[in-house]
Amino acid sequence: MTAFYIKGMLELMEQPSLFAPTFWTISDINRYLRQMLEDDPQLQDLWVQGEISNYSRPASGHLYFTLKDSSAALKCVMWRSDAQRNKLPLRDGLAVEVHGKVSMYEAGGQLQLYADLIRPAGEGRLYQEFLRLKAMLEAEGLFDPIRKRSMPPFPHRIGIVTSPTGAALQDMLNTLRRRYPLAEVILSPTPVQGDEAPAGIVAALERLNQAARPDIILVARGGGSLEDLWAFNDERVVRTIAASEAPVITGIGHETDFTLADFAADLRAPTPTAAAELATPNRLDLLATVEEQTNRLNKTMLSIISDLRWQLNDQHNRLQRYSPLNRINNYRQRQDEITHRLHSAMLHNEQLRRIHLESLHTRLESLNPAAVLKRGFAILTRREDDQVITSYRQVRSDDEVQVQVSDGKFSAKVLGS
Amino acid sequence: MVEKNDVTRLTYEQALAELETIVNTLESEQRSLEEALSLFARGQALTQHCTTLLDKAELKVRQVSDAMLETPTAED
Repeated sequence: MTAFYIKGMLELMEQPSLFAPTFWTISDINRYLRQMLEDDPQLQDLWVQGEISNYSRPASGHLYFTLKDSSAALKCVMWRSDAQRNKLPLRDGLAVEVHGKVSMYEAGGQLQLYADLIRPAGEGRLYQEFLRLKAMLEAEGLFDPIRKRSMPPFPHRIGIVTSPTGAALQDMLNTLRRRYPLAEVILSPTPVQGDEAPAGIVAALERLNQAARPDIILVARGGGSLEDLWAFNDERVVRTIAASEAPVITGIGHETDFTLADFAADLRAPTPTAAAELATPNRLDLLATVEEQTNRLNKTMLSIISDLRWQLNDQHNRLQRYSPLNRINNYRQRQDEITHRLHSAMLHNEQLRRIHLESLHTRLESLNPAAVLKRGFAILTRREDDQVITSYRQVRSDDEVQVQVSDGKFSAKVLGS
Repeated sequence: MVEKNDVTRLTYEQALAELETIVNTLESEQRSLEEALSLFARGQALTQHCTTLLDKAELKVRQVSDAMLETPTAED
């Protein structure tokens, strides 16, 4: 009993005084604790690993859950702005790694992890491995820009390494069909995730290079988590891509996914469809080029012909000017002129003659003895010698004369002269 | 002068390159009318071939097999 009494008294003496000069409010205590937590740098930026439970997502958009391991639990909250950026679907039982800071919700005295990032458990480990491999291969020079080859502008044969059943293949085929159906596509199928994937991808690449000798190889798969895409971070795959005879274009996952295969490739595309686009010219652009050349061809030809025609015309004109034909025409013209003048002259001449003739004719007519006879004159001729009597001395009395008058003759005797 | 019927055996790339050469030649060099006409005709044949290739081509898709190397590509 005494021992207990003494023990009790000692404990009483150790207890904080029930009548302290100052006392804390609950708010004070909670504020103090929160300040303590936020002053500790270790607690402001940490990754915590655990399993999700009591997950809830009310209408506010904020996420509330508890992270636990085998012996302890910690309440978590993720504000809506961070929650919206989170792509990982969350549920109870999911093993995750959470980044954030630890602090206290003052009003409720609640110790909490304020989360801003959540990723699947183990991803941290995978990412470390990614960094390690990247550093090693980069040091070997596998990612050097110098090594990267340019793509042939008009590929005849395009090899594709991808899953035969995925959407990526169909997307690429549709793109190639639309842009550049002139090419021939050789498919080399392989699984693109899982344990068999790395060996499969390596074999698919080697088969293409050896058996088909394509001008370009497309290595592609659709989107997925780091774990899904992990085959394309495999060292064997990366080395095979770097050693490929044909230049390689990778189109793996989504825009923001970068795998080591992408770094080793000659060209990286953000998606499988983009890879097909980078590999080929666009049919429509090619048609436009052909049309442009055709127009130039036609225009030039027309221009050439037009020039030649002009030259021909010029020569023709000059020829015309110095043509002997001109001279001949000249002479013709002169001849016509002279002929015309000749005719005129001749006509005139004839007329003159005619007039002259007519006047002679008239004069002759007037000298016609018959006309004279008609006027009453007579022609006397001596009966003995038919001499025409023009003088009285030619006759003597009793000579016989022949008298011719206009309408006949009769005889007469001279009575006396 | 090159025969017209071998135009159809050219690849798009080859035909386009030759077409561009012909157009450049006609634009810059003086040729006789006969030569110009001959080049022009060849140019037309090349245009026709390119357009036919682009309009009529259908994407051929095959799976890789070991026997593939017997098939010649355009470089061979």
